[in-house]
Amino acid sequence: MIPTNPRIDWSRPDADVDTLIIPDGNVPHRHEKDWQMAWGDVMHSVVITKGVPDFSEGQVSFDEDGHLERGKTPTVMNPNDEFAAQAALQTKVRHGGRVSAMSMGPPGYQSVLQQAMEIYADELYLLSDREMAAADTWATAITLATGIKKLGAEVEAPDLVFAGFKTADGETGHTGPQTSLCLDWPLLTHVIALDVEEDAGRVRAKRLVEGDVEEVETVSVPLPAFIVLDPEFAPSYRIASHRLRLKDLREETTARAAEFEDHLTVWDHEDLNLDPDYIGLDGSPTIVESVDPIPKPPAERDATMVDPNDPDEMAAVLEECLAFVEG
Amino acid sequence: MTDEYEHYEAVVVGAGPGGAAAAATLAQNDVETLVLERGVEAGSKNVSGGLIYAEESAPYTIDGLFPDFREEASERPVTEYYLHNVAGEQVKPFDLTRLHEHDTAWCDAVLRRKMDAWLSDRVHEVTREAGGGVLEGVRANGLLRQDGEIVGVTCDEIDPITADVIIAADGVNSELARDAGLMDWAEPEEWFQGVKAVVDMPGDVIADRFDIDEDEGVAHLFSGDLFEGVRGGGFLYTNQDTLSIGTVFHLDSLVEEQAEPHELLDALLTHPILDQWFQGEYDELEYAAKLVPDSKKVAHPDPYRDRLLLVGDAAGQMQAQGPIIKGMNHAVSAGGLAAEAYVDASLRGDPSRAGQRYAAKLRNEGVMGKLRPRRYRVVRTLGEHRPVTRVIDGVLTSRIGKALVGNRAMERVIGRAYNSPYLASVAPDTRTPYVTLPAVLGEVLGEPVEIEAEHDPIEPPSLADRIGDLTYDTDIGNPHISLIDNSIEASGNAVTACPVSAEDFGAGCYREETVKTNGDEERLVSLDTQPCIECGTCAIVASTRWEHPRGGKGVEFKQG
Repeated sequence: MIPTNPRIDWSRPDADVDTLIIPDGNVPHRHEKDWQMAWGDVMHSVVITKGVPDFSEGQVSFDEDGHLERGKTPTVMNPNDEFAAQAALQTKVRHGGRVSAMSMGPPGYQSVLQQAMEIYADELYLLSDREMAAADTWATAITLATGIKKLGAEVEAPDLVFAGFKTADGETGHTGPQTSLCLDWPLLTHVIALDVEEDAGRVRAKRLVEGDVEEVETVSVPLPAFIVLDPEFAPSYRIASHRLRLKDLREETTARAAEFEDHLTVWDHEDLNLDPDYIGLDGSPTIVESVDPIPKPPAERDATMVDPNDPDEMAAVLEECLAFVEG
Repeated sequence: MTDEYEHYEAVVVGAGPGGAAAAATLAQNDVETLVLERGVEAGSKNVSGGLIYAEESAPYTIDGLFPDFREEASERPVTEYYLHNVAGEQVKPFDLTRLHEHDTAWCDAVLRRKMDAWLSDRVHEVTREAGGGVLEGVRANGLLRQDGEIVGVTCDEIDPITADVIIAADGVNSELARDAGLMDWAEPEEWFQGVKAVVDMPGDVIADRFDIDEDEGVAHLFSGDLFEGVRGGGFLYTNQDTLSIGTVFHLDSLVEEQAEPHELLDALLTHPILDQWFQGEYDELEYAAKLVPDSKKVAHPDPYRDRLLLVGDAAGQMQAQGPIIKGMNHAVSAGGLAAEAYVDASLRGDPSRAGQRYAAKLRNEGVMGKLRPRRYRVVRTLGEHRPVTRVIDGVLTSRIGKALVGNRAMERVIGRAYNSPYLASVAPDTRTPYVTLPAVLGEVLGEPVEIEAEHDPIEPPSLADRIGDLTYDTDIGNPHISLIDNSIEASGNAVTACPVSAEDFGAGCYREETVKTNGDEERLVSLDTQPCIECGTCAIVASTRWEHPRGGKGVEFKQG
């Protein structure tokens, strides 16, 4: 039997959400209206994820100047986001409910969400249109937070939002914490283990202090909460019935991921009721002036090409080596 | 307290054929059954020579329990069965198809990874419906007791589990059987060791070279003087796209002769008799090994304690009937009977009597009679004495003996004798049937075989390459075997008997090392468990603390 979640006190007044504070200038974020989160009675986890160039060997492609060739490099789910999806899966195994995976990005990010579903997701949400393009971490956070609130208003209020630690391309580590700021939820970072205490309406987590594996602290915060998983996170399944349920869920989600379009919802800025001035390029306070490639280190030794089929060349090599053999 | 643990009505440990038969039978009777399998997938820890029988007289057969088994999970049926008596390069074959077909509804070659994985999927479907299911990557490491009585199992990966019945189908090295004190690893003469190579050969090539159709298969057995006098023999079975070729020897004989198992396998692989099938080509896919209990000596007559019932290899239920080895079929029967015994006992309101009922069923259904034939006990007292063996072998190898064997009328008698299930079940464990008689037959009646001029002799891979080709997930810093006594006297036999170790080979599990201390020199045995293929040989021939690796760790067989 799946345990049900008792109603948790949703103490935050909705009014707060309307007057989010942007850290650099107290500019109010102007919504015409905000989303009223509807509290349901099942545990709802949201995984936020991003597509990154596949930096793995043999996939990534650079041009002559050392710039990444995005067109030739496939987009994959940010590797660290796998831990977020694993944490959501663990929550679903232990407490039932639902898992939504959400991303902001171009239509091609559908495949990124599909990858999240291959780990686990019940539904996928892609926030996507031209107005959202070229967003920095702040504009992205505003967009994602609004998506989460719309999800909460129209589907089920989230109890937990899970994010991975840093993306493999930007590596700022900003988006997760800024999204939690927009939601004004407690934020736990560098989480390596977690346990939801349903009756208490809290989540207890072990986290690395200063990202150091030598120092671990245990913290507890009320739900809803925003959790950034450390790459040291490992899901734990110590109960046989949990493992059986895990096996069921993995089978289901694998089948679902093969037909992920049936489970995908796409929202544009109008669906989200977002002012284009505050999202995408226009809403991004960050300006990237230029990108300098890291220069290649100078070679310390010269390489000489030797044709192994040429007896003269090989003889010369052997003669050179002989000196080392003889000491 | 045990109250706080998760409870299942039945826990089955091991998803091989015995565990599968037990779990499916339990689930079909609406018993909530949890199956624990330590491999990453069922079959990844399993090795067998490769033939599964369905006996006409058996209470359960694998296709009876799993109707599509032969189409989905097995390789080729064995439609021809030969024994080759080898003396040097002289070979005398006998057709043993009649012996093979005695009490046999059908017999198929199998590869365990494919077979067990398929079975496990079926078992998961039916057990899941009954509220349980199959969990891979979970190793049961011992028994949970309350007030001295067995009430459940403990595991590496998950919390302890209590159950009304525990069926240990965890194989020849069963940790649960040892924890219960029902089986031990004391005597090498109670065991065989099998070593096997799975060799790539396309199906159409097999059909051509063995002269069979695509739905036919052959078994060839080999005995005689090609194994340095070690008691045992070789086998070759045809699969769909591979061959299973291996050797099985009495472990005490291997130890006594200080023979290297991989070299004995190579002696078979490179013998000219195999050239007709290899034709100079040899591509080995996997090297594997396994211990085989000799049921005549170790099959436990009452394989239960409290709520724990042992099934298959875990209970020593492996019948060596002359040249024919039957194990998986008995595991299936035992699994079905163990499940039936529990269901009967709980219907009668006393599930604690499941063990007694199981032992009675093993006897009444004739399973125990096949595993421990009473007549063998008589033969053993008479026949397994060195002086007797020496006299018989002396006569056989004398001119009179050879003349007698060479007589054409005698040839028919021998052919009939080989095909007698009765004689097969009473053959003594001496050199005579394994080495002396086959060598004499090969010498006197055999035809010479040779490698054809246009074929190069095949070269089996080195032991280093064989280990290198295997897949391991090493549990770094957590070795599953440790040496209790590292003296040569206590553990030196492992250096040769271990199938992934050899003298003067540094990359195996066991090796001899010279340790210098204060000017003294000492020869000691050292152990590295990384190349271990989990056969259990060293648990018997050396002084070790032996456990299986944690769930999912260690070697992963792709063929099995």
